[in-house]
Amino acid sequence: MKKAMSMEHLDAIEEIKKANLFGRGGAAYPTGIKWEQAYAIQKGPKYMVCNADEGEPGTFKDKHILSEDPFELIEGMTIGAYIMGAKEGYIYIRGEYAAIQKIVKSAIENAKKAGYLGKNILGREGFDFELKVVSGAGAYVCGENTALVESIEGKTGRPRQKPPYIKNCGLYQMPTILNNVETYSCIPWIIKDGGEKFSSMGTEFSGGTKLMCLSGNVNNRGVYEIPFGITLRELIYNLGGGIKDGRKLKFVHLGGSSGSCFPESMIDTKICYYDLKKAGFSLGSGAVLVVDDTHCVVDYLKTVMEFFEEESCGKCTPCREGNHRLVEILDKMTEGTATMDDFNKMKSLAQTMKTTSFCGLGQSAPMPLITLVKYFEEEFLEHINGKCRTGVCSMSGKAGK
Amino acid sequence: MDMINLKIDGFDVSVPKNTTILEAAKQLNIDIPTLCFMKGINEPGSCRVCVVEVEGWRGLHPACVTKVSEGIVVKTNTSTVREARKNILELIMANHNRECLSCPRNLKCELQTLCNDNGIDAIPYEGKVDKGCLDTSGPIVRDPNKCVLCGRCVSVCSKMQDVSAIDFAFRGAHMTVTTAYEEGLASQECINCGQCIKICPVGALQERDDTAKVWKALENPDLHVVVQTAPAVRVALGEEFGFAPGTNVEGKMVTALRRLGFDKVFDTNFSADLTIIEEGTELINRIQNGGKLPLITSCSPGWIKYCEHNYHDFIENLSSCKSPQQMFGAIAKSYYPVKADVDPKSVFVVSVMPCTAKKYEADREEMSVDGLRDIDAVITTRELAKMIRQAGIKFAELEDSKQDSILGTYSGAGTIFGNTGGVMEAALRTVADKLTGKSLECIEYTAVRGLDGIKEATVNIADMEIKVAVANGTGNASKLLDKIRAGEANYHFIEVMACEGGCINGGGQPIIKDKSTTDAVKAARVKGLYDIDVSCEKRKSHENPEIQKLYAEYLGEAGGHKAHKLLHTHYTAR
Repeated sequence: MKKAMSMEHLDAIEEIKKANLFGRGGAAYPTGIKWEQAYAIQKGPKYMVCNADEGEPGTFKDKHILSEDPFELIEGMTIGAYIMGAKEGYIYIRGEYAAIQKIVKSAIENAKKAGYLGKNILGREGFDFELKVVSGAGAYVCGENTALVESIEGKTGRPRQKPPYIKNCGLYQMPTILNNVETYSCIPWIIKDGGEKFSSMGTEFSGGTKLMCLSGNVNNRGVYEIPFGITLRELIYNLGGGIKDGRKLKFVHLGGSSGSCFPESMIDTKICYYDLKKAGFSLGSGAVLVVDDTHCVVDYLKTVMEFFEEESCGKCTPCREGNHRLVEILDKMTEGTATMDDFNKMKSLAQTMKTTSFCGLGQSAPMPLITLVKYFEEEFLEHINGKCRTGVCSMSGKAGK
Repeated sequence: MDMINLKIDGFDVSVPKNTTILEAAKQLNIDIPTLCFMKGINEPGSCRVCVVEVEGWRGLHPACVTKVSEGIVVKTNTSTVREARKNILELIMANHNRECLSCPRNLKCELQTLCNDNGIDAIPYEGKVDKGCLDTSGPIVRDPNKCVLCGRCVSVCSKMQDVSAIDFAFRGAHMTVTTAYEEGLASQECINCGQCIKICPVGALQERDDTAKVWKALENPDLHVVVQTAPAVRVALGEEFGFAPGTNVEGKMVTALRRLGFDKVFDTNFSADLTIIEEGTELINRIQNGGKLPLITSCSPGWIKYCEHNYHDFIENLSSCKSPQQMFGAIAKSYYPVKADVDPKSVFVVSVMPCTAKKYEADREEMSVDGLRDIDAVITTRELAKMIRQAGIKFAELEDSKQDSILGTYSGAGTIFGNTGGVMEAALRTVADKLTGKSLECIEYTAVRGLDGIKEATVNIADMEIKVAVANGTGNASKLLDKIRAGEANYHFIEVMACEGGCINGGGQPIIKDKSTTDAVKAARVKGLYDIDVSCEKRKSHENPEIQKLYAEYLGEAGGHKAHKLLHTHYTAR
């Protein structure tokens, strides 16, 4: 931070641009560009906001930073506040992380006592920054940046129409810089060691390292910091120690619940925003959920869609009603009562949800469905014919391997 | 002006910056369907019925809130768009209580039209989500299971009426529009204005149906059933039978009411004149004797309830006069029985009102004299139309007839009560004559006319500057009272109509299905009333001969003891 305070604002932003840092929350927007655009906005006050509403099943990397190294995040936000001239910042932490909220609050207090937050930070006259922790009430949609901002304002967490984007018109209708915990936490490192060094740890297209959450049917579950460029296979088999009980990997659910599901044949894809995009996937938050062959794709998908059915905010029709109906059809499928018409309706509905939903939640919720149908259509058709190959689904006695 | 050029469905169009795709398409006569969208009132872009394709943009985009940009190529009618709209409508229908045949909105339902137009021929889903119970606690009936969650009612209630009695609750498929703690509307700050009913695209909001009560009374030989019709009913009722908005169907309405079996057909215009005498006297008294000013009209029961909830410090400013509806009832059960030689206890008074709050007003505990309720049943314009249809009366072919004496004679002033600014103008006509002691010829106070939110005027009468203001809708009333509270404004007399436009746009008026014509319909109804005013032989309330007779024979002095007992009331801080 001392180094940042000795730099010109635009030079600091230039380092972040050089770092090739993409937003780690899921949307993967280039952070340097975002900050440059926010810096150029000529109105204020500006707010720094951190999305610590990590709520997607299979994603637990921010928890790690928040509980183990909250100062890294605080420092990243404070550097941002210094560059932007922001006086206030909010860390929006999901309600379920109650214990972590305490840790972060106490870290803020300690930073303040040591002169790293509050008035005249590090003795610099006029450099004031107050940081507050705001607790979410337990809504996945509040990870969506406009819904998050609405929630901080005390309203029900539902997304706003965009544009205007929050960098122009965010918290209290003011310019707002909103990043994920992991993104902010990269900033001190980038400023200290330089953007080029950070970038050199990744690939040509993705700078730095990434926290990956490995979970599911894998031997060594947990959070791994990896350099961009290793493959999913390396992550799962080398770091993760392979599939549990020697089973066969069936598919990987990448990037959280709203990410893509793809079969083992594709796990040699590099963990790199560009390579993944080329293969038709997105890295999302960095969750890698490993599913072995004891699982049924229809049953798995139903569980995922039940999550979205529950977490849809209800604002727009396709998400509110669509997720509910997808669960209804999947229910019929697991019971062996679905027809080809149901299957076709499900596919058509998923496309409509993807293209017409109001916000990212509704648009991406059908992604696991779309990809599972793409790679495992045969299993869906088997269910329509009253068979579940894994024997997981209840087929009125007709289930069989 | 910066113009943006774009292409829609292959046709070039040039529109000002900040135009939406929906508006741009209109220029080319391309009709993009909408459901949640109400220009200026509700623009959440949430129902997604209006989605269109924009070349090079990811996904589909809601035409209602997406602004045009230079050179974009929009497609409103591709298989992707049609499939998306169909899917969305099927989703809405699947969770909608599809009792179309028995729904009061049948054939006037926007969802029904959308589904017809977009080829919805079957609903591929099975279960419904229980979104709550039917709320029949008050004059506004809510059926959450018919609600399509467009949010139009929520926006009207909060943004236009400043009431916020309803809002969204819960999430996902369980989302619903409901009241605080899901209690009945009657226990809430709802002012019963019915603007939510008017704006609801489906049948999720309706007035309490009181037609059965009226039919029962009409068939009771022991009852002497009289009816009054409010000024604004006659210029809107025709719409239910194919007449153009604003057509004055008073003559046919009177004939229809007789055919329905009412013993006497009277007119609220009569008691509107009576209200002016009482309220005008009250104003003069307050001005001359240092009473509480500004005096605020009390004819609109939605406004009264709003004031009782939100502006306790202005309760004393409210005129103590009952509204024309209630004054009529009090006279129909006191003076009229004497003149007509009927037992007051046998008189059953029915009101036909453009207003849903009138049902609430009639039910207010204090609205009775000597144990007799002023009003026994209130039906809306829509309910009257329903009764006429039920009775098999071919309304359009009816001959005209006139109201009965003695409570059926009215002046032009009594008529213009039916729109915003009307009460003010009617009052000024009388107050000016009373204060000057002359019969003034210049009686058209045009400064208080029109559909503006807040209208202000200073009227010079008998060397006195009388400052008046008209608040159109409770949202504007609230702004006006806040200004007075802050000492930024000062008036002698204020008229408030709870609904924008006044009674012509009341919650009980015919539903305007094509909402883009709402303003034109309102203007036509207003014109209808002023046309009647101009055609009236007497245009000032105090010149109404039956009113003069009522005071001479029965009430005595305006504002006197008897008048007070029958025609005045009090209010409660809620």
